[in-house]
Amino acid sequence: MSLLRPSMCRFVPIGAWRAFAIAIVGFALAAFVQPLAHAAAGEAPDVLVKRVTEEVLGLIKSDAKIQAGDQARIRDVIESKLTPYFDFDRMTALAAGRGWRNATPEQKKMLADQFKTLLVRTYSGALNQYRDQKIAYLPLRADAGATDVTVRTQVQRPGQAPVQIDYSMEKTSDGWKAYDVVVGGVSLVTNYREEFTAEIQRGGIDGLIKALEAKNSGAPAK
Amino acid sequence: MNGRCLAACSRLATDKLAVLLLVATLAGCAAAPARDDPFEPMNRASYKVNEVVDGHFVKPIAQAYVNYTPKPIQTAVASFFGNIHDFVSIINDFLQGKLDKAGNDMGRVILNTGFGLGGLIDIASEAGIPKGNEDFGLTLGAWGFPQGPYLFIPIWGPTTVRDGTGSLVELYMGPVGYIPDVPLRNTLYGIGALNARAQALSAESVALSAALDPYAFIRRAYLQHRRYLLYDGKPPPEKDSQ
Repeated sequence: MSLLRPSMCRFVPIGAWRAFAIAIVGFALAAFVQPLAHAAAGEAPDVLVKRVTEEVLGLIKSDAKIQAGDQARIRDVIESKLTPYFDFDRMTALAAGRGWRNATPEQKKMLADQFKTLLVRTYSGALNQYRDQKIAYLPLRADAGATDVTVRTQVQRPGQAPVQIDYSMEKTSDGWKAYDVVVGGVSLVTNYREEFTAEIQRGGIDGLIKALEAKNSGAPAK
Repeated sequence: MNGRCLAACSRLATDKLAVLLLVATLAGCAAAPARDDPFEPMNRASYKVNEVVDGHFVKPIAQAYVNYTPKPIQTAVASFFGNIHDFVSIINDFLQGKLDKAGNDMGRVILNTGFGLGGLIDIASEAGIPKGNEDFGLTLGAWGFPQGPYLFIPIWGPTTVRDGTGSLVELYMGPVGYIPDVPLRNTLYGIGALNARAQALSAESVALSAALDPYAFIRRAYLQHRRYLLYDGKPPPEKDSQ
């Protein structure tokens, strides 16, 4: 007992059973939040992309509802497993360009929410289309201290040239997050910038938000 | 109808566009579409025509092919036409002086033709030799021909003056164009087109679900992807990116 420092003595009266219970709860919690802890504890960006992609593809391949074509279920999986690793505010800011800087905080939030919904919908469809393809993870070319990197992957299809999918990622306070996806040289953010600029010119930020809402609610495209 | 005329035409167009571009920039508009797509009204009309023609005739056939043909047959068809395209790729590798790529693509054609049942099995990809993707449009680009205006052609899809010229020349770069038996040749053209349309289905459905304005989305994606291929996957940043 004399070995314990005064600050630790406070814990002694808790009782062994209680300490044990706390330890169990702690372990259980740790198991639950492990993916998040990974990200926070400096998991390398390429390791993160591989882990998350394999996890999501594994779920999609093994889930009976998804196999039966349940789009809502795919969306759930993406929403829970994938979206924590994307920086939607930054993606929206990049796509909206000057319009973003002039938008009010409410407009920014609405725009980012609608954009996120659209991206999740699109990505769900894409994953469903490509779920049987083989994915190769290319070695990361970045300095050890880099805070902005490109993680490169390749989708391989028989009889066709492989499609390169690159994730532009930035180190944030809660781990690495993607702010752009580049498929075969086609940047998602740049592609949307042109469309967003056109909508903003036509009807301002609110017009863009309305257009995204219409698209997300499944109204027919113009 | 030769390359010089095309190049001259698009140079003329570029000069006119430079003025337009300046005006557009001064007016604070997004200048990128006007520069790449001077025929936008015509192209949009042709996009609408395509939605009807392709949507009613070609796409349902491609969809049925994907849904009802056994997967191994689809893979064999894709590999067969992929092998023919690898052959075209070799010619274009040499035309661009890319000898390492030529070696890669020659290895593929030899492996797949000799050991993959005449190209029906893509064993080269299985062995880790990635498929090449050179074509004559890219060769023209590597030789310095300007891209020219963007075009949307019904049934054919998105292209540019440079890529369209390349595709026409390419009909005579592969072995299929030299098959003397006309019905056989046309059958191969037909199945090749069906295979190509079927391969475009997934990308198309993603684009349609993503786009606010599918026409502009497809244009942007097409031009960006071609630029990426032209620079062998390492395009320099675009000047007008912000």
